[in-house]
Amino acid sequence: MSLNAYLMLSGILFCIGLAGVIRRKNILMIFFATEIMLNAVNIGFVAISKFYGDLTGQAFSFFIIAIAASEVAIGLGLLILWFKKKNSIDSDSLNKLKG
Amino acid sequence: MYELIAFYLFSFLTIVMFSITVSTSNVLYALSSLAAGMIFISAFFFILDADFLGVVQIVVYTGAVMALYAFGMMFFDSLSEVEEKVKNPKLFFGLAGLIALVIVIIFAAPLVDLNTEALYPVTKGLGNTQDIGLVIFTKYLLAFELAAIMLLVSMIGGIILAGKKMDVSYSQMSEEEINIYEKSLKNSNKRKQI
Repeated sequence: MSLNAYLMLSGILFCIGLAGVIRRKNILMIFFATEIMLNAVNIGFVAISKFYGDLTGQAFSFFIIAIAASEVAIGLGLLILWFKKKNSIDSDSLNKLKG
Repeated sequence: MYELIAFYLFSFLTIVMFSITVSTSNVLYALSSLAAGMIFISAFFFILDADFLGVVQIVVYTGAVMALYAFGMMFFDSLSEVEEKVKNPKLFFGLAGLIALVIVIIFAAPLVDLNTEALYPVTKGLGNTQDIGLVIFTKYLLAFELAAIMLLVSMIGGIILAGKKMDVSYSQMSEEEINIYEKSLKNSNKRKQI
């Protein structure tokens, strides 16, 4: 397989995740879509690391996985607090600055 | 030959799984298809000779992140319908695809053009895990330590955020009751300070 095939796959998956982030109104689903985007980028990094014979890409995607894990922990904590207060996980309920 | 078949099979499976995640309205379907997609992605890492990352992907994503989501969902009324209307689906899928294409080109074009040289080449005779360990614990040691601190901070933050006032549910109180409750909290804090 060529590098282009992997990059195209990475782009398609990123596009799916981006469409999810734009479209969904359920905040939990937006979290899922961001996970998809992070994974798509990981595939790109590992493919480049393989085809250029360089280990930096793999080290970088290792750090991306660590960041994704901590993002989930904090994000879910905030979402639980928000749900306790508003009883809703609709992103349209986050409109306190509307005036 | 096998690599070709594996690549097309797994890319088809991941794309289908993630499309289900993005398009379904049931949170449970989304969660399980996301977990399946994560496992299929680890197959790409194994194809690309990144064994360590493949194992980390399975352990961290399907073991930790998915379990966290599953437990987090117990705090929500996650089966409640959230209304979602898309007025012009073609336009927004086109826009999403365009943005993704632009981002991929921005980041990948300089790599394809240049004759990049490997700064940290794969060492022959060493396994992938040993190789990554060498790179992380020499060149990226500081970043590794910072990632460890970040994970600790996020763990404490998650516990404090989610565990706050576990015995009180704001959503079942009226506005006035919440105000009275918060005033009483403030008063008790003042008394403690005095």
